[in-house]
Amino acid sequence: MADFISDLDFYQLDELLSPEDRMTRAAVRQFVQREVTPHVEKHFADSTFPLELIPRLAEFGVFGANLKGYGCAGMNNVAYGLIMQELEAADSGLRSFASVQSALAMYAIYAWGSEEQKNRYLPLMAQGKLIGCFGLTEPDHGSDPGGMETRARKDGHGWILNGMKRWITNGSIADLAVVWAKIDQGITGFIVEKGAPGFSTRDIHGKFSMRASITSELFFDDVRLDAGAQLPAARGLKAPLACLTQARYGIAWGAIGAARTCYQCALDYTRARKQFSRPLAGYQLVQNKLVNMLTEITKAQLICLRLGQMKDAGTMRPEHVSLAKRNNVQMALDIARTARDMLGANGIVNEYPVIRHMLNLETVNTYEGAYDVHTLILGRDITGIGAFD
Amino acid sequence: MKILVPVKRVPDPATTIRVLPDGSGIATDNVKWVINPFDEIAIEEALRIKEKQGSGEVVLISVGQTAWQEQLRTGLAMGADRAILVKADTPLDTLAIARAIAKVASDEKPELIIIGKQAIDDDSNQIGQMLAEMLGWPQATFASKVELAGEKCTVVREVDGGLETVAFPMPAVITTDLRLNEPRYASLPGIMKARKKPLNEIAVDSLGVDLAPKLKIKTLNAPEKRQAGRKVASVEELVQVLHTEAKVI
Ligand SMILES: Cc1cc2nc3c(=O)[nH]c(=O)nc-3n(C[C@H](O)[C@H](O)[C@H](O)COP(=O)(O)OP(=O)(O)OC[C@H]3O[C@@H](n4cnc5c(N)ncnc54)[C@H](O)[C@@H]3O)c2cc1C
Repeated sequence: MADFISDLDFYQLDELLSPEDRMTRAAVRQFVQREVTPHVEKHFADSTFPLELIPRLAEFGVFGANLKGYGCAGMNNVAYGLIMQELEAADSGLRSFASVQSALAMYAIYAWGSEEQKNRYLPLMAQGKLIGCFGLTEPDHGSDPGGMETRARKDGHGWILNGMKRWITNGSIADLAVVWAKIDQGITGFIVEKGAPGFSTRDIHGKFSMRASITSELFFDDVRLDAGAQLPAARGLKAPLACLTQARYGIAWGAIGAARTCYQCALDYTRARKQFSRPLAGYQLVQNKLVNMLTEITKAQLICLRLGQMKDAGTMRPEHVSLAKRNNVQMALDIARTARDMLGANGIVNEYPVIRHMLNLETVNTYEGAYDVHTLILGRDITGIGAFD
Repeated sequence: MKILVPVKRVPDPATTIRVLPDGSGIATDNVKWVINPFDEIAIEEALRIKEKQGSGEVVLISVGQTAWQEQLRTGLAMGADRAILVKADTPLDTLAIARAIAKVASDEKPELIIIGKQAIDDDSNQIGQMLAEMLGWPQATFASKVELAGEKCTVVREVDGGLETVAFPMPAVITTDLRLNEPRYASLPGIMKARKKPLNEIAVDSLGVDLAPKLKIKTLNAPEKRQAGRKVASVEELVQVLHTEAKVI
């Protein structure tokens, strides 16, 4: 038996990582194994987010880990990707929390905020003392956020905000919401603090996916905002889309973690489980499935490593991220579904992590640009013809 | 107070170890390497002492090859102040390693050496004791609790059938047992800071100590594969089999 099985590094990509990257991954993996995995099944069953992990993750330096300054760790993007991978190996909901906090809410302020906003919010968000959410999607505008109906109108020096957002991760537990709205000049972003009069939230129940993550609706009813609440550099749809690029980058890595957990589980299970007096893993049909999983995960690892290098070098385009998000999440979802099948009846119970990952990955496939939306983005890139705008 | 913590690089306990066909060692391709878990406990204890005292220096030392830098960096990322790699191009036996560390210790003059009671790869359980002898310092092995008061140190030791409390003056050598503490994780900011911390290399030959091997590994054998169990029909047969085949009764 080869050693790589336990680590799933078939192409010895570890040799291409820096010692700091490996150290980062080892530390996060150890943290996740000790402090997250043992409790995650219960949070999924009860539909609760493990709030107690927030200070631990913050102390560890996870929030805004790839941002520079403002109390952030300033890691490179490969190390950041590895963190996302290890978090999602436990649960996509945990990775979602970290993605929203870091790549959406913190990044929006980091990229489009004033110096005053950055100094006020980012250090506390890095310390996990302020939780952020990111309100782009609306009930009637998902894949097409440019059609948003939330509006802000000028009122003296400030603004009056009206509208609603739906499917917002961390919505009701957030201390501040980065909210995207239309003004006369187009789309811009606002920081709306919890408790602002006219701002309320309601959680979405009945989810079969991402149960260990909070998903809410946000309501804005004549919410009065100071001039200082607007993100001054956020002009046009490209501002929220730049945030999505950051989050999608992390998702492409995260999907590898979820896929790895499912593959590992299917491998262990089919090696131990005997039917017709032989281990399931001894049948050609089962080996074919395992080998396909190994191949797809290895390809996804290569995509991410190269993407991370390009992101660090400043040569990564959003379309590069689309390819990685589209491929890797579909890959993880396929592996989760196949692993579910391979576990037979045990594949439907929460004694094994597989069905939870499978259900979570349905969300990961949809959010941050559904699979087909990335197809359209890439199609436009290679043909020069937009099929959706 | 200055605390010296020797650190060994060992295979990750989670990796499957394969013995080379000729029995000369283990296959190291695809093995992940980590700090010996007992040494990790030693680093943690040193950091706690420093934090409690509000000042001091935690210095790591390894006697090994260039690749060992990675484990030293991990220790620096946990919070140690600096590291020394005594570079040996070929693996040395425990006596030579102890001599090298003792030599560096006599230059560094730490008040304490805290070291894992054993390494999880060869389970020798020797270096701490050898250091105490070479330096002429008191030793407290298998520590499960360490307390400092002035020049004096009190250690609770895990011994067969109970606990033993010993007190001794410093400088001294302490070896750590599993229950001493739970080591912290290297945090991400810690990993970034570790990059800039000093990691000095010294060639082992330059220390002027006797490195001649006194120990030779003749062969390594993998543990025998567990045989599948067998069902017996009756208690009589069980007793019979235990007597004639297993020869345990
Ligand atoms: C658990 C969860 C958490 C979320 N968190 C957040 C958050 O924090 N912040 C936020 O702003 N949003 C969040 N979302 C919303 C998410 O980004 C949207 O659901 C996503 O953008 C898709 O929008 P939609 O659900 O309205 O689907 P639609 O846009 O209605 O799409 C439905 C289907 O139609 C397809 N489709 C759409 N347009 C085309 C086209 N032109 N051609 C062909 N096919 C098309 C899509 O691929 C998809 O399969 C979250 C969603 C979930 C489920």
